[in-house]
Amino acid sequence: MSEYLLEMLHIDKEFPGVKSLDDVCLRVKPGTVHSLMGENGAGKSTLMKCLFGIYQKDRGTILLSGKEVDFRSPRQALDNGVAMVHQELNQVHTRSVMENIWLGRFPRDRLGGVSHKKMFEMTRAVFDDLGISVNPKEKISALSVSRRQMVEIAKAVSFNSSVIVFDEPTSSLTETEVEQLFGIIEKLRARGCAIIYISHKMNEILRISDEVTVMRDGRWVATTAAKQLTMEAMIRQMVGREITNVYPPKTNVPGEIVLEAERITAQFVNLKDVSFSARRGEILGFAGLMGAGRTETLETLFGVATLRDGIIRVAGRQVVNSNSRAAKRNGFALLTEERRQTGIFSVLDVTANTVVANLRSYLRGGVWLDNRKMASDARENIRALSIKTPSVRTSIRSLSGGNQQKVILGRWLLTKPEILLLDEPTRGIDVGAKYEIYKLMIDLASQGKTILMVSSEMPELLGVCDRIIVMSSGRVAGEVDPKTTTQEEIMTLAAKYV
Amino acid sequence: MHSIGDWFNRRLQPYRALSARDKRRYWADFFLNNAIYIILLILVIYVQYYSLNVMRARNTFLSFTSIVDILKKSAAALFLALGVGGIIVLTGTDLSAGRIMGLSMLVSASLLQKPASEYASKMYPNMGTWPILAVVILVMIFGAMIGSFNGYCVAKFKLHPFIVTLATQLMLYGFILIYMTWGNNGGAPIAGLTDKYKDIVKGTFTIGKTAIPYYVVYAVIATVIMWYIWNKTTLGKNMYAVGANAEAANVSGVSVMGTTILVFTMAGALYGFSGFVESARVGSNSATAGLNAELDAIAACVIGGVSFNGGMGKISGILMGVIMLQIITVALQWLGVSTNLQYIVKGFIILVAVAIDMRKYLVKK
Repeated sequence: MSEYLLEMLHIDKEFPGVKSLDDVCLRVKPGTVHSLMGENGAGKSTLMKCLFGIYQKDRGTILLSGKEVDFRSPRQALDNGVAMVHQELNQVHTRSVMENIWLGRFPRDRLGGVSHKKMFEMTRAVFDDLGISVNPKEKISALSVSRRQMVEIAKAVSFNSSVIVFDEPTSSLTETEVEQLFGIIEKLRARGCAIIYISHKMNEILRISDEVTVMRDGRWVATTAAKQLTMEAMIRQMVGREITNVYPPKTNVPGEIVLEAERITAQFVNLKDVSFSARRGEILGFAGLMGAGRTETLETLFGVATLRDGIIRVAGRQVVNSNSRAAKRNGFALLTEERRQTGIFSVLDVTANTVVANLRSYLRGGVWLDNRKMASDARENIRALSIKTPSVRTSIRSLSGGNQQKVILGRWLLTKPEILLLDEPTRGIDVGAKYEIYKLMIDLASQGKTILMVSSEMPELLGVCDRIIVMSSGRVAGEVDPKTTTQEEIMTLAAKYV
Repeated sequence: MHSIGDWFNRRLQPYRALSARDKRRYWADFFLNNAIYIILLILVIYVQYYSLNVMRARNTFLSFTSIVDILKKSAAALFLALGVGGIIVLTGTDLSAGRIMGLSMLVSASLLQKPASEYASKMYPNMGTWPILAVVILVMIFGAMIGSFNGYCVAKFKLHPFIVTLATQLMLYGFILIYMTWGNNGGAPIAGLTDKYKDIVKGTFTIGKTAIPYYVVYAVIATVIMWYIWNKTTLGKNMYAVGANAEAANVSGVSVMGTTILVFTMAGALYGFSGFVESARVGSNSATAGLNAELDAIAACVIGGVSFNGGMGKISGILMGVIMLQIITVALQWLGVSTNLQYIVKGFIILVAVAIDMRKYLVKK
């Protein structure tokens, strides 16, 4: 019997065109918390999906208590004592909390049907044990994002598994709930479970881990005892080099007020009485938990979400952005959060992706489009933003995340905006490309553009922004100065109205 | 009395707290979300008034006889709707329902014809008459097999059910045409059903003075069984989960493929049984048997609130949808609206129903 409960050895996984996992090893001892770290796209989630049977590994062995396993479906993984809290909240919104928890293993009544009574009692028992106060009969869609996350955690724990994977469980949790989660993890550790914990938050990881494995570009980099680690060492392992300049020098100087939002409230999404102002040449950050209303703020400004009450002013003049076309005319640009779903047109080429927001300006005689001008503009963008692509005819999906993001940014620059709304502009792109995006943002601000930036990565907000607005449950919880604030202060504000 | 007043006050409190603009929106939403019921209510009142005062009919639109007539028609249409409803919950649709029912009608009829001595153009002159229960089981298994084939193609090859069933309904039409040339038949309509068969489906029992055919009882039984499956069994719960979020169902250990195939199979069995009933009701079964029947079934589901977005819908809704569709049809007949115009009105009502359905379930921004 080996000392490890779970061993994943020499795992390879290839997707068409991308080697996502290359000879990765992970060994987890029972009764320990093993953290998995790495940049976005480093392969952490892919590795866990291979373990859980969502993906099939191409090569390698997985040993559970010394026995080789190869799960073909999540069902097999669950049956063999491997449970997982997924990064995306995989829940059935239209059904109740308890049905979500016991989905796939409903308790039976005498007739062989599903026993709602047993299900209710079992759910209560799980919640009481973990100290969660949610009505088991409530519909999932009626819960806040953080409550839903707690339900997911309770569900994973309720399998009584020996291996539990937590994939970024705290991105939507308040501080109190994070403490509650750590309490749960402590209990599981004492029970002898092997816990795999994936997170971007280094202070969390240093606090609860026994061991830390760092991955980079689909490869194993190092496994170290947490006691011997520092934040600097972790960053070094993650990035693979000494990071001297994570953020470019700030050269922009905020000027007069350009954008004012006065008590804006959305009709359908959760956004209430949000007021703030932004200056020419300023980068204004928006911090908060998942579901805090940051994306909603940008979407409401841009007219994609319906404004109910409140006034938006640009340079002192009221503007009405009733839809995205109006917003574009008024000098707004929106880089959306979900690049793949609402950013790129994946089957179209770089040219089409570059000019799509600006097609009217290529009309000749009101009828046909000037193809040559479109291609030359696309080429100009490639040069100005140093986008790496074989040609303008390449379809955008074959570009890396960072280059895709630059194409979209270039798309909006062609519309000559004054106010750029950037929603998680660096999500899922590597450190080098992040630096270039930051540089671009600061350059644009230096040229007098106003930038609103939503981000879930606090260090980048602190590194790039001139001011940060913290949101909580659809409201503004406060404003902080990045030069003097701390991550703790921001977290406290973020939980203000939760 | 005091406490009832309190109760009303409590219920009204959230409404009173709304601003004038929100109150207007509340009522606008109320009327839009219930538009279909409101239209129906107006239609019923108008037809009742018309039948009472203009036609001076002895049995008005809302008389017991007329209501039973609507319920009879609904019962006949219900089996198909109960089957296709589950597939719609899975975000699918089934264009082959009518043809599966059609084939089942022909098979039922051909096996339950009178002996050749009584009915000269019997399809299989040398074959005796089958036991009725055996025919029921046969056509249900038959339907289930075709259904499971549909489900397998959908689940295994990740094809949209629209495409799969579009293809299978064509294939089924081919089989129907071929089947009609079998035995002694040579493509003629299949008729001359045994009295016992007709009795078991169309025979009546009476409540008060009104005769109610047995197939209404079968419809009630089918409804109860389907209600139990949808609400009380693992299959039903899994069906909702797969329809609402297949990925969540998968990572919770639910077999998405198994659930899909089972729901299609169940639907197929219902279509098969529906064919058994319909064949006796019609009496003479031609190659157009079951043509377009799936469209009425799908329409009934949608009117009854089974959402094309998946994961939403109730058996009671399907029941309401089927009845409402029949009320509309019958009401238009009472008013003497021409068949041509009836199509236009029915189409419009389906459109309104779907639009309202989308309004309710889409996440608004």
